[in-house]
Amino acid sequence: MNINGQNIRIVSGTRLSDILFSNGYDRTKICVELNGNIIPKKDYESVIVNDEDSMEIVSFVGGG
Amino acid sequence: MFITVNGSEQKTDVKTVVQLHDLSFSDYDVTILNGYQISEDSELKDGDRIYFGKKNIFPDSKELDMLMSARHTPFIQDRMRNATVGIAGLGGLGSNVAAMLSRMGVGHLIIADFDTVEPTNLNRQNYYINSIGKRKTDATEDILHNINPFITITKHFIRITADNAADIFRECSIVCEAFDSPSEKAMLVNAILEKCPDTVVVAGSGMAGTDDSNLIRTEKKFKNLYICGDNTNGAKPGMGLMAPRVNICAGHMANAVVRILID
Repeated sequence: MNINGQNIRIVSGTRLSDILFSNGYDRTKICVELNGNIIPKKDYESVIVNDEDSMEIVSFVGGG
Repeated sequence: MFITVNGSEQKTDVKTVVQLHDLSFSDYDVTILNGYQISEDSELKDGDRIYFGKKNIFPDSKELDMLMSARHTPFIQDRMRNATVGIAGLGGLGSNVAAMLSRMGVGHLIIADFDTVEPTNLNRQNYYINSIGKRKTDATEDILHNINPFITITKHFIRITADNAADIFRECSIVCEAFDSPSEKAMLVNAILEKCPDTVVVAGSGMAGTDDSNLIRTEKKFKNLYICGDNTNGAKPGMGLMAPRVNICAGHMANAVVRILID
């Protein structure tokens, strides 16, 4: 699948939360758009990610 | 040919800007031709927009709108005047974005913050010594109305949460995320993008320290999300927030707002 413009090998049918965890993302500091749709944080466990999916993950750093 | 002089279109046979000035506007000091202040004469062309202004006068609403149109062009000014933009957080990013958007003449700003101005804010936030102790919403309103008395400001002295964010900013076509903590940033962006599908969020991420200015950039990350910053330099002990990079990032955010509004 495509994550932030890069092709990443995943097992189709993996939970979104597992992909975020295995790639080291802190779920409290991110926003996820999957195939053009924002994914609510409460759905990270239930959303399943597949081969052809395209995902953008924004990870915030502090300061403002 | 037809030209527009101080907002009204007219037919003219006058050949140059100085001739026009001397004919009907000889007691005016400032000349703006098609959005640019000129000091030398210029030949008039069909479709030109000329604004003659006077120094040292306090403009009324109509006059200020006209001179902003002269500076920004009528097309941009129409978009700004009719826009409602939200600013979540009035710290280094939010207070400076608010000031720039009021200078642009954005007609309605919805500003929200739960905090008061303290002395350590003055190193980067758009406040003054006489702002100390005031609610940031009140201090910002005063400052914005000193820049442009004719814009509408809606204040929310409240901590923004995932539950109230959409209600506070529902009228906005664009919301600027200007919080400090990364989890609060993520909370606000998620809340707005989930609940307000037509709203664009412009967020800041990475502007601490004294690293290269040119690392700060604007990127469209999602369909309705722009991120401004270097995405790397978070604020932490040894990496403080300072006026120049915070202002650069705020400038990116304000210009992103303007570009979305005129798109």
